[in-house]
Amino acid sequence: MFHRESGYFKTTYQADMGLYPLPVARYAMVAIGAVLFILCPLLLDGYYLSIINLVAIAVVGAVGLNILVGFTGQISIGHAAFMSVGAYTAANLATKLDLPFWLTVPAGGAMAALIGILVGIPSLRIKGLYLAIATLAAQFIIEWIINHTPSISGGVAASIEMPRPVFFGKELANQAELYYFLMVIAVIAVVGALNLMRSRIGRSFIAIRDQEIAAEIIGINVFKTKLIAFGVSSFYAGVCGVMYTYYLGIANYENFQLITSVDYLAMVIIGGLGSILGSIFGAIFITMLPIVIRLLMESFGSIFIDDAALAQVIAQFRLIVFGGLIILFLVVEPDGLAKLWQNIRNYFRFWPFSY
Amino acid sequence: MKHLTTGLFMAGLTLSATMMATTVGAKEIVVGMACDRTGPTQTVGVFLCPAYHDYVKLINSRGGIMGNKVRVVEIDTEYKVPQSVEAYQRFKKEGAVVVALWGTPMTQAITPNLNADHIPGTSPGFGTAAAANGEKYPYLFPMAASYWSQAGAAVTFAKSELGGTIKGKKIAYLFYDNPAGREPIPILDKLAVLEGFELKKFAIPPPGVEMKIQVQDITRRYRADFVISHLFGKGPAVHIKEFKRMGYSLKKLVSLVWGAGESDINGAGGWAKAQGYNALNFAGVGSNYKVLDEIKALYKKEGKDAPKQMASTVYYNRGILAAAVHLKAIELAVKAKGSGDITGTDVQKGFLAIKDFKLGGILPPLNFTNLDHEGGGWARVFRVEGDNFVPASDWIRGYRDVVIQMLKEDH
Repeated sequence: MFHRESGYFKTTYQADMGLYPLPVARYAMVAIGAVLFILCPLLLDGYYLSIINLVAIAVVGAVGLNILVGFTGQISIGHAAFMSVGAYTAANLATKLDLPFWLTVPAGGAMAALIGILVGIPSLRIKGLYLAIATLAAQFIIEWIINHTPSISGGVAASIEMPRPVFFGKELANQAELYYFLMVIAVIAVVGALNLMRSRIGRSFIAIRDQEIAAEIIGINVFKTKLIAFGVSSFYAGVCGVMYTYYLGIANYENFQLITSVDYLAMVIIGGLGSILGSIFGAIFITMLPIVIRLLMESFGSIFIDDAALAQVIAQFRLIVFGGLIILFLVVEPDGLAKLWQNIRNYFRFWPFSY
Repeated sequence: MKHLTTGLFMAGLTLSATMMATTVGAKEIVVGMACDRTGPTQTVGVFLCPAYHDYVKLINSRGGIMGNKVRVVEIDTEYKVPQSVEAYQRFKKEGAVVVALWGTPMTQAITPNLNADHIPGTSPGFGTAAAANGEKYPYLFPMAASYWSQAGAAVTFAKSELGGTIKGKKIAYLFYDNPAGREPIPILDKLAVLEGFELKKFAIPPPGVEMKIQVQDITRRYRADFVISHLFGKGPAVHIKEFKRMGYSLKKLVSLVWGAGESDINGAGGWAKAQGYNALNFAGVGSNYKVLDEIKALYKKEGKDAPKQMASTVYYNRGILAAAVHLKAIELAVKAKGSGDITGTDVQKGFLAIKDFKLGGILPPLNFTNLDHEGGGWARVFRVEGDNFVPASDWIRGYRDVVIQMLKEDH
């Protein structure tokens, strides 16, 4: 169709290395940017923006986890704990030192990265499921420490009220304003990850995932690279936690428990391991699927059963449909939604002359 | 295809019918309810949420609130924060004038929004105790005893059970080690000094169902004179079993409100095994209340059996409490405004106008003031005797002055 790769000749190295070498892809990116930053906040009301806000937060977390699990091949079940590290770091800095968001966001990320590197140290010796258990331990240890250290958690309730982010004297309070705040961070995070994966470090992540010994032989410092992967991934998690805290207006470790880690793992696996686009698809899928299922059932369910019974049926049935769809998508395409999308694109690439 | 067309046609028909109904005269009043029918607290949600619907149905069957019908928008949040945030935004979009929140972390996540959007939210029996301070959180109404008030009531009960004096006695506090579980500690510490009893705390780490060691410690080594427990989920059932096994008299044990359900007794091995077990409640227990009979009559008129959820009187009645207080606040708002065209701010004022609301004894005499969004902080102990919960105390407000003082200090 319109996505033709032939006929574009690159004359400089720079053009060859572009993130989107084809003009059509660049136009598509500009169009997506325009939709995200101009059309969405103009056309959608607070409810729909709030859903997109949740997705934007999830995207940052999922991209971070994918860097570690998908690209470097190190399983982590402690992702939510790193988020809580970021969240509490930012909340303490914002409330005790009155720091603005452009300092608290990177600070939260950096603190999480530091803890992440610490947790990543065992990854040199242990692999696969064993590493998963080690990170699981990290999840519980971090949770416990936050829970029992009033100077971090802000008292018995373990929650710190967070001021709204202030941008040039303007408090970002409603959904549309927060939308811009979260979306800018999410876009920076995604573009950063896309570029990181094309760099030497990104390639060495992939080399380690594919064959650790071979990677070491061709001169990659495995230990250092693994720690960088843990650090980068935890940095993303920390930023995700800070975004969450600013968005909700409260830092609370109960938002970042084991089940949240599992949710993020689900996003990454369903979206597609080792794909940034997959992380975005996964975040959208896991965040929006329950909402979409419920809206559909609310609209059409009342045709079949009465409203009082419907509430119970929706709640239960939604879980079944949710689980069922996850299985279905993974059976159709075990490499995740990103691969599914690629298959569709490849089909249309030669359409209508597929053979 | 034919089915789909008929379905869509019917949907359109019902839609236009409801639209007609709402446009004629009165206005539809929307309330939002976050619910947990599938998550970790589903043992409560499956009883509490239907009760809310039943009470609203009862009021609507009488023509609604001064002619204005009430519509409940229920969203199951699975006890998760993102889902709850989405649910709240949905309630707001639907035009809800009051929202029932569910779960302490979710309540905390939504509270900043309540104040910004001027929509009152309620958190009966959970959330942070400091939230009862209406001067700090004008739009959040715990509307039932907070964990501080519950702890105060538990100590009051312990004192009366120990023969009127608690000085020098050994009190054990057994709690689930999370923020909600630790919340009563500051007030218990204060009361220990005030009343001169010895307090020892026994934390149970997550997931909160393994407590053999702690119970042994309490009964054998510490030899507590009285135990106050604060557990969630399957925890209460386990601790009844463990104390029973240690030969400790369950009469000397009082649980805070989330260990009070019929399901906890059944989980502990049935009523016979839990004789004497005490638990606090913030709504009446049992089915001997007029409002419950009216709901049964309503179902009978429709030719249906009474909902089976009514058998769990503890949680069902708490659902009634939530719905009744909401609708009372709305009613007062409608009266003050003179029409059904009310906002969240009107309902907030409606809450504050509630005076001595008892609903035939199923509720304590609730009064809301600017400082006290708990409605008085009432709690009542019910004890397992035979196959029933029987009242073991009157409605009590334990150490109200201390609680109020703490609310003011937190401010």
